[in-house]
Amino acid sequence: MTETIINVILFTMLVTTAFAIVRMTRLFAVVMLSGVFSLLTAMLFVTLDAVDVAFTEAAVGAGISTVLMLGTIALTSRSTKPSTRSNALPLLLVTLTGAVLVYGTLDMPTFGDPNAPAQTHLAPHYLNESITEIDVPNVVTSILASYRGFDTLGETAVVFAAGIGVLLILSGLRRRREEEEEDES
Amino acid sequence: MTLEFFLGHVNYWLFIVLMMTGFYIVVSRGNYVKKIVGLNIFQVAVFMLYISIGKVTGGTAPIFPTNSQGKIKIDPEIVYSNPLPHVLILTAIVVGIATTSLGLALIIRIREEYDTIEEDDILEIEAAMAQAENDEHGSAMGGRA
Repeated sequence: MTETIINVILFTMLVTTAFAIVRMTRLFAVVMLSGVFSLLTAMLFVTLDAVDVAFTEAAVGAGISTVLMLGTIALTSRSTKPSTRSNALPLLLVTLTGAVLVYGTLDMPTFGDPNAPAQTHLAPHYLNESITEIDVPNVVTSILASYRGFDTLGETAVVFAAGIGVLLILSGLRRRREEEEEDES
Repeated sequence: MTLEFFLGHVNYWLFIVLMMTGFYIVVSRGNYVKKIVGLNIFQVAVFMLYISIGKVTGGTAPIFPTNSQGKIKIDPEIVYSNPLPHVLILTAIVVGIATTSLGLALIIRIREEYDTIEEDDILEIEAAMAQAENDEHGSAMGGRA
């Protein structure tokens, strides 16, 4: 029961934050609210027993991505122009997509059901055998680094590729700026 | 619709509300930084959906307790939540920050090229550029360009 109350409070705060982000025009406030959103998400992950995910979300979602976005708005602009477009079409699109998704959830197993298909297929093997096979107390660690190690290798490759991409896109930024200033003076 | 069904599914609907809020920001707002924030909200809502699928009622985090000697002792009484969605979402969070940083780098580059990060302004500039090109080359093509 307590868990339900905590979840409802967290959800109210999440939805309020998201709606505030929709309405804000100052980008600094938008970026800060997105950090708040990530921290609230991390709390929700703790109540859903995903402590490792909560840890990562707090570090990456609220930490690194906020810093990156702050850097971006420092290099670009601090505020947005108020939107001139009509909101009717996006609202219609969003409502339709939402309705289709809700229709899709009607077949989903009940929240927390121990006999749901997701709980009966692979998870029992990991929970029962990982101690004898891997001998690490944290099951998430043993799956991440051992059972699905190649997955993590692929993830590292993606991060490497993204890093190279960012470097290539931004390379010469300062040089071009200085040339521009020389042209103006 | 019974109350039991409602309580068992309402969490999915709340995730969908968050997801659609992010989607709305992406399609209705013209500022690129705001679009990225909206994309992040959408993404995080999908993460919540996956994590909630792995939750087992009365369960706890999938970490085995150890005794004072550091030996792992398995208590069959304890219910653990499904660790597999956690692993998948850990990977997804890190890939998400990689794509976000790439998007932000593109925004900086766009600002350098167009001197604005508003989609409306950029569309206007593009239209003016296409018009100028047409005026320049149109007559050579016999007015067909």
